[in-house]
Amino acid sequence: MKRQLLSGPYLIWMGLFTVIPLVIVLYYAFTDSLTGSFTLKNIASLGTYLPIFLRSVWLSLLSALICLVVGYPVAWTIAQAKPSHQRFFYLLVMLPMCISFLLRTLAWVSLLEDTGIINRLLGSVGIGPLKLMRNNGAVILGMVYNYLPYMIMPLYTVIMKIDPRLIEAAQDLGCDSAQVFRKVTLPLSLPGIVSGLTMVFVPAVSTFYISQKLGGTGSTLIGDVIESQFKAAYNPNLGAALSLALMVLVLICVAVMNRFTGDDESVATL
Amino acid sequence: MRKASKVFTVLVFLFLYLPMLVLAVASFNKGSDPQVFKGFTLGNYAALFRDGVLLPLLLNSVIVALISSLLATVLGTAATLGIQRMKPGLRRFTMALTNIPLTNPEIVTGVSLALLFAFVGQAMKLKSIMGFWTLLIAHVTFNLPYVILSVQPKLLQMDENLTEAALDLGCTPMRAFWKVILPEIMPGVVSGLLMSFAMSLDDFVISYFVYGPNFVTLPVEIYNYTKKPLHPKIYALFTLLFLAILVVMTVMNLLQARDSAKQRGNRLNRSRKRANTELGGI
Repeated sequence: MKRQLLSGPYLIWMGLFTVIPLVIVLYYAFTDSLTGSFTLKNIASLGTYLPIFLRSVWLSLLSALICLVVGYPVAWTIAQAKPSHQRFFYLLVMLPMCISFLLRTLAWVSLLEDTGIINRLLGSVGIGPLKLMRNNGAVILGMVYNYLPYMIMPLYTVIMKIDPRLIEAAQDLGCDSAQVFRKVTLPLSLPGIVSGLTMVFVPAVSTFYISQKLGGTGSTLIGDVIESQFKAAYNPNLGAALSLALMVLVLICVAVMNRFTGDDESVATL
Repeated sequence: MRKASKVFTVLVFLFLYLPMLVLAVASFNKGSDPQVFKGFTLGNYAALFRDGVLLPLLLNSVIVALISSLLATVLGTAATLGIQRMKPGLRRFTMALTNIPLTNPEIVTGVSLALLFAFVGQAMKLKSIMGFWTLLIAHVTFNLPYVILSVQPKLLQMDENLTEAALDLGCTPMRAFWKVILPEIMPGVVSGLLMSFAMSLDDFVISYFVYGPNFVTLPVEIYNYTKKPLHPKIYALFTLLFLAILVVMTVMNLLQARDSAKQRGNRLNRSRKRANTELGGI
């Protein structure tokens, strides 16, 4: 028996449940919702959603960058700890992800609301209720909170592997700690940075729950629009066109980010 | 600098665990609003175990997670064995296929499967085929790439000659797999299985598009709940789940730590012994 044949069932499965569904998305995107005939109407109407697309990209890009700035020192600190502690801290980073992200987001709602826990605490020291929720800032907070572990994990993996002798060599050759960071540590952690950015950006740009719960009327994201096309407005053809656009957008972003490392498997290696 | 980054790390961990603290406190709250603590009670936990809705939904989630992760592990491990023997062109194609669900946003995967199932349902002249089977298919599909990515490195690390030797010594390919290959790649298989199980158990986005009213999983129900205020017994359920996961992870961590300490000890002993014999030789 040829061992290659063992991949057969997998290839058939992926054909049936990954490739064909995407072909159907393509089909729906180019057909009319009522008559079922070929049309470019759905694609043409994407233009009206451009501001929402731009907002989704902007908010998730910002979240990814905040995750990087917040996550890098954390990953670095974990990588400096004793090996047995490292494993424990790593688990501590992953553990929140085991609890339903819906509930964790709801917990943020009860923290941030006008009558929420934070505003009650502030109120008790005489600071009047602040508007912490129903704005883009809260959506960014939700994204950063939910996807920060996706940034810390690849960063930690990369930083841990940096040979300490390289840093010592740089120090011996007269680099101060800022130079060591800029010339050695940072370039060597680039693959982790790129895959971290991708791993935060992709789920953030397509989310619909975080924006529904924490955002205001002005923070509708593209995921919200797609969700409502399937669950409320029921226009699967427009929904398919939007999904197609989202998919292309993500593919372009991933391709651009991967150019920075020149390694097209940086996502896959994690 | 080092101290500052330590303090910062602690703050980030507080940030990560703050919502968990809110949920845990809410589970002991007499009132149903997590924002106002009306007094300590264990009533929510009692209500949870009397409740006839949440636990069956959790069971649904566990059933789907268990079957889909097992199926994905079997299919994925077999596929990885085959991929290794493919010609480079075909292998690149297969890995590109594997990357599709990984790079695609979850919502796109969910939507595309929903459209497929709607299509098939129409073709079969049924109103809707959404239910257990569609959920299972969707979960296997998004689990498969993770199994392959965790088994593949182990298989690449393995010495090909071991399989050859087993075959030369008269093993059938099947026996060679059970006796030689599987023990070598086991860590990858297990971590693929665990990862699939965890992701499947907690999946909301994809499930939301392919579930049917006859078979609902816990995350989907929580989403549908949130229009009404949540009953605190949900917080109780998740506090218990959190504690269970914490215990399992800590035990695993301790076992691993002991294991590697033992290995280190063995290595030390061996080198000490070698040093002794060498010294004795002198």
